[in-house]
Amino acid sequence: MEEPVIFTENLTKTFGRFTAVNKISFSVYPGEIFGFLGANGAGKTTALRMLSGLLKPSSGIAQVAGVDVMRQPEQVKRRIGYMSQKFSLYEDLTIRENIRFYGGVYGLKRAVVKQKTSELIDKLELGAHVDQLVRSLPLGWRQKLALSVAMLHEPRIVFLDEPTSGVDPLTRRQFWDLIYEAAHQGVTLMVTTHYMEEAEYCKRISMMVDGKIEALDTPGQLKKQFNAESMDEVFRKLARG
Amino acid sequence: MQAIEVQQITKSYGDLKALDELTFSVASGELFGLIGPDGAGKTSLLRILATLIVPDKGSARIQQHDVVGDYKYLRNILGYMPGRFSLYQDLSIEENLAFFASVFGTSIADNYHLIQDIYVQLEPFRKRRAGALSGGMKQKLALCCALIHKPEVLLLDEPGTGVDPVSRKEFWDMLKRLKEWGITILVSTPNMDEAELCDRVGLLHKGKLLALDTPANIRNSYDKPLYEVRSQDMYRLIGDLRQMPGAYSCYAFGEYAHLTLLHPIDGAEITILQYLESRQHRDMEVRATRAGVEDCFIASTLDQ
Repeated sequence: MEEPVIFTENLTKTFGRFTAVNKISFSVYPGEIFGFLGANGAGKTTALRMLSGLLKPSSGIAQVAGVDVMRQPEQVKRRIGYMSQKFSLYEDLTIRENIRFYGGVYGLKRAVVKQKTSELIDKLELGAHVDQLVRSLPLGWRQKLALSVAMLHEPRIVFLDEPTSGVDPLTRRQFWDLIYEAAHQGVTLMVTTHYMEEAEYCKRISMMVDGKIEALDTPGQLKKQFNAESMDEVFRKLARG
Repeated sequence: MQAIEVQQITKSYGDLKALDELTFSVASGELFGLIGPDGAGKTSLLRILATLIVPDKGSARIQQHDVVGDYKYLRNILGYMPGRFSLYQDLSIEENLAFFASVFGTSIADNYHLIQDIYVQLEPFRKRRAGALSGGMKQKLALCCALIHKPEVLLLDEPGTGVDPVSRKEFWDMLKRLKEWGITILVSTPNMDEAELCDRVGLLHKGKLLALDTPANIRNSYDKPLYEVRSQDMYRLIGDLRQMPGAYSCYAFGEYAHLTLLHPIDGAEITILQYLESRQHRDMEVRATRAGVEDCFIASTLDQ
């Protein structure tokens, strides 16, 4: 079997007496779209923060892109991309300025940033708007741009934290086209979402309940396992307990 | 009788036209869904109806009262739950509820029957500060506070956003029970799949209605043949289906791709299968399917 790009074993985070993430163990493989689901407060964000090197685990093992999260969190940050709907681009910078800023943050050379900028603008057909403030762009464009910017440094893994809530159905499809394309090129995408229909787009899904992973499989297998018509029903059955 | 009548409402912010000559009405006792993505104009419309902002053009009446001229009267008979959590975070559940009851000159006891179903779930935590509640509990408390003065018309701005599917489902169950008290409900949501839970819906996009009807009629208005298709590689599948002769559009829908054809074809399933086979797809499945509200929304935005 292929080497996993994300590997955890008994990964745990406690805050005082509260165990937010309780011994989770799973692997994610190259090119996989992996859905990370759970109710509000189930521990998804805490787990995601540990995997992206932002929060030190209390115990257990986590390796991301071949790097130990506990020992080398800074190395992890260099090798991953991150995008969320709540925060992604600077609204009072232009498209070009945002790309240049993130290129700088990721330590890309000026010439590389320049080349990446033109590639990205062509692909997203944003040529006419490159010097426009991000604030003035429609939400859907902003999100497609944000995803591309999160992959500027060609990370092997991208974390998407509720990337498409509130976007119109057509734009959301176009956004998922980008996700599929990235996965096709071998990028691993880990997605959190409240939308169960989006969960269906994932290759495999993990469901967190009270800090633990209670189920992990393909959407099809999960529906079989829980004798459910839809992922929504799987979620309800699991979260209600 | 119409509980809400919206006539030619227009609202702009600078160059941005948030609402563009919008006209529709909601019947008394109806559960009406205003469905559209962020930026469609949902919040602007709800704020106008809640008498909080004034339209540039057009008019709106609720229970025969004008939202601009009669705003004082309307505020007594309206329940409004804004999209952003707007209760007092430093007050407890109980204190918030008592506060809103007293503002409207009533008491929790007077209208307890309206909120009972919802409030029993909050009661064990009634001393907890609102700021310390989970998303789902906040929504339930906000709904209780919007109901405590027994409004005739309830306006809910995206009550399901940021709430997990379990709480969202419970919330819609509550709305159905509220209908039994004769309350007219206008609820906005970006989730197309929630259309089915409403009596009638308006699909809002860029300040205009794409459709206004019952969910069933909207679904039945889809006038092109639609197929759900699956193979082992979704990315290639969607790309290939878009290239297929006779294809109108193709988008991911859950575990399937939805393929719309320009015109009906005899033996379409076989044609599609053969086409995919020639492109080296495996584990294929093709089946005619009925359009959902989301298919209709996408089709109308494509037509624009």
